[in-house]
Amino acid sequence: MTSIKKISSDLTIIGTGMAGMAAACFAARHRIDTIQIGVNSGLIYSSGYLDLMGIHPMGTRLSWNNPWQAIDQLTTDNPDHPYARLRKTEIKTAMHQFLDFMNTTEHPYVFSENKNTEVLTPVGTVKQTYAVPRSMWAGAVALKERQPCLVVDFVGLKAFSAKQIADMLMPRWPRIRPLRLNFPSAGASVDLYPEQMARSLETEENRIRLANAIKPHIGEAKALGLPAILGLYTPSAVRQHLEALLGVKIFEIPTIAPSVPGMRFKETMEKALFAQNIHLIPQKRVLSAEIQQNDHFLLGVGEHGSTSVDQIIETRGVILAGGRFLGMGLRAGRKKIREPLFGLPVFQPEDRALWHEDDFFAARGHRINQAGLEIDDAFRPVDADGKPVYKNLVAAGSILAHQDWMRQKCGAGLAIATAYGAVAAIRKTL
Amino acid sequence: MKKTLQTQVLVIGGGATGAGVARDLALRGVKCILVEKKDINAGASGANHGLLHSGARYVSNDPESARECRDENRLLKQLAPDCIEETGGMFVAVEGDDEQFIADFQGHCEKAGLPCRPMDIRDAKDAEPALSDKTIAVYAVDDASIDPFKLVLENITDAQKLGCKFLRHSEVVKFNRQGEKIKSVDLINNNTGAAFSIEADIIVNASGAWAGQIAAMAGAHIDVLYSKGTLLITHNRISHHVVNRLRPPGDADILVPGGTVSIIGTTSLRMESLDQIRPTVSEVDRIVDEGAAMMPCLETTRYIRAYSGVRPLLGGGGKNDDRSVTRGFDLVDHARDGIENLITITGGKLTTFRLMAEKTADLVCRRINVSAPCQTRKIPVISAHETRWAVPGFSPKYWFKEHDKNDLLLCECEMVPQSAVQEIVDYFDIFDQQPDMRGIGKRSRIGKGSCQGNFCSLRIASFLYDRDLLAADQGAGEIRSFINERWKGQRCLLWETPVVQAELQEAMHCGFFGLELIPENRKES
Repeated sequence: MTSIKKISSDLTIIGTGMAGMAAACFAARHRIDTIQIGVNSGLIYSSGYLDLMGIHPMGTRLSWNNPWQAIDQLTTDNPDHPYARLRKTEIKTAMHQFLDFMNTTEHPYVFSENKNTEVLTPVGTVKQTYAVPRSMWAGAVALKERQPCLVVDFVGLKAFSAKQIADMLMPRWPRIRPLRLNFPSAGASVDLYPEQMARSLETEENRIRLANAIKPHIGEAKALGLPAILGLYTPSAVRQHLEALLGVKIFEIPTIAPSVPGMRFKETMEKALFAQNIHLIPQKRVLSAEIQQNDHFLLGVGEHGSTSVDQIIETRGVILAGGRFLGMGLRAGRKKIREPLFGLPVFQPEDRALWHEDDFFAARGHRINQAGLEIDDAFRPVDADGKPVYKNLVAAGSILAHQDWMRQKCGAGLAIATAYGAVAAIRKTL
Repeated sequence: MKKTLQTQVLVIGGGATGAGVARDLALRGVKCILVEKKDINAGASGANHGLLHSGARYVSNDPESARECRDENRLLKQLAPDCIEETGGMFVAVEGDDEQFIADFQGHCEKAGLPCRPMDIRDAKDAEPALSDKTIAVYAVDDASIDPFKLVLENITDAQKLGCKFLRHSEVVKFNRQGEKIKSVDLINNNTGAAFSIEADIIVNASGAWAGQIAAMAGAHIDVLYSKGTLLITHNRISHHVVNRLRPPGDADILVPGGTVSIIGTTSLRMESLDQIRPTVSEVDRIVDEGAAMMPCLETTRYIRAYSGVRPLLGGGGKNDDRSVTRGFDLVDHARDGIENLITITGGKLTTFRLMAEKTADLVCRRINVSAPCQTRKIPVISAHETRWAVPGFSPKYWFKEHDKNDLLLCECEMVPQSAVQEIVDYFDIFDQQPDMRGIGKRSRIGKGSCQGNFCSLRIASFLYDRDLLAADQGAGEIRSFINERWKGQRCLLWETPVVQAELQEAMHCGFFGLELIPENRKES
């Protein structure tokens, strides 16, 4: 019998998505002895935009310009929403601390304190978000000022059509113009993938070739939009070099997954958190959990997709930030939804027939998205009587009940703010 | 001024019957126009098992239907071999099933003249390992599987090549009578909103479950009852043979393999109206639970799509179960209602569509004095080049064998290349039709793989913009409509992995793109 390695920590964060990363960031700030564990996270699907709060009430399509006013209204109308577990000043502090942290990295953000910003999507819609990656900011400005703008796409990069984006936006942005080019440093395959393109632009020579291909078409354009492929590791330097070569402001438009901004975000976070002594166990999952007499948790760790435990974590506290179904924090069977690790009670509609609407795009959203863990003011999941299940287990992010981050446009804010609240709460127990 | 088209015969309904009538008439040299308010196989023709009945299902209660099935089964295997997989069929009883019914089965088959061979249980289990350990009797019959989409596309393509016009998205809104005759029919194009008229010597109502509504619009009357049936498609193929439960017809008692998947169904639910024909969660659960009695793996297998169709039933419905009502068809000459030039063909089943078309075309030809005989018993359906992308498994074979190096895969799950989409679009163009994403989906495997349209919808929309086939903000509505068409079949199957994919789809299409916030700019049905 092989012996199973056992490690210990004060805090274990389960999850490496937005909430898990934010929790690690706040834990590092308080110098908490922390292990973080999770497999490939939903971050690779991320556009890079950080939403705080956009739509309320759901079903009205009412889009708020000021996210803080929207949060006020939301928490008044829906006191069960996770945002209502925090004071507004706490949410603000959380966002500031997180964005300050990001701004020390290669993946900085731009935002207006009290205002959402309109940004572009690859299908040509415009959405409101709160914080915008620096690499995409010039697009928000160009859209707002209706600047003469050239949008470029590349033969072989599927699901990104400059013509589609320009066509969709033309009514509000008459001076937007599409252009299709061959990507100068494409390889043998006609299929192009954002990650390879981004890597190729890390090389100066490839940037010069790209600039030379675009240059004759710039015309009167003051801004240039490209798919989000401008470098993987040094996006600011890549963009600034191209701007210098072409003499216009350049911005990225996010692509569909797997997206370069998502990869940048993930790698940036991992690097920064490593530097702050967060012990990341990558590409593994927590497969089992039990609580000991001394109230410490024993977490069995193994490969993703396996059932055999190859490592044990003994930890004094847990932040559960494993996301919903995609993150496997929740699991939906044919009869009901469960929380698979700790067997925590899951708030949910009483019947599967009520989970989803007939219309996928129904404005009021699907009821399954309100399902999740109900928590007390200390972010501890509670049982049917409202009593915390464990005093040293807290939850953060989209696993929480009574929210619909996709429809309310509050995904990043919810993750960051509840991670902040969860860290603050569990800190008191350690 | 409103456009008016003229023809000898107007056929209403783009399902198997309408397509069959159009081809039959075209082969006799009769000019016709086929109109469909949605797209091909929008009703029961696209929502059935894809079963080419041996007839054995009907031997106990409807021997005449059984014999019709037997004959048509043999004919179609000769005439449309590319649409049919000769799987063979089994009738299987498990512990607890009605022993008298089991004992009588072979005798009923013999009386109806159907081949039926008892099988050793062990041999049957060897041939079909998924059969339950509680299997107590097995008979082999001549069932096969048939691809209703390829079949109908080929019938229509054949007819089109012979001069028949096929108008999609064209809904009949009014019949203009002059005395005992329908002088013209008013239609509206549901995509463009354009109104137009058709003047025809004779009109065939082949609108399936909608036949009663169409007849009523013309001032005629037929009794049609609606029986909804729901079916599920599994992610993997479960069996080699068609497997029928050997018992009086009940829920989830037929499993039909087709290409890489299997189809299990159905339920039977009397409906008052044709609105909201969708699968429900309780029907899905019933099918899974019942199907698992025959094949236990149906409890745990992954399902990729649920869909519902409406059986148009004749003759006042059954006493206990709508499945016991005759599945025979009814050809009505509305001269009986004082309308000289309207014929309704309804009822029946996919297996007998050719026979129904023949009888209908015979009547039409008598009325317009055409003496040309029916050709569809002799002339095989041509396996049209244009229909090949609809066939499961064709795209990957094509891709690995011969694709152009500049071609791109737009649907990565089912490996449908850009060139295929271009071909389908060009085909629309030949007949002056605006391509739409759902129409492209009907004519290919796009959206039918494990992503269920999440990614490929975006690639196709971009492709269509690049070719100037979409403009302005049409793309948003097209993506929504395509996703919702897939959603209809996913909604009741969202547990385990599919619920994960549904969440990803919503994160992208709503969370990221905000497509739920776009006002609807075209009719989504």
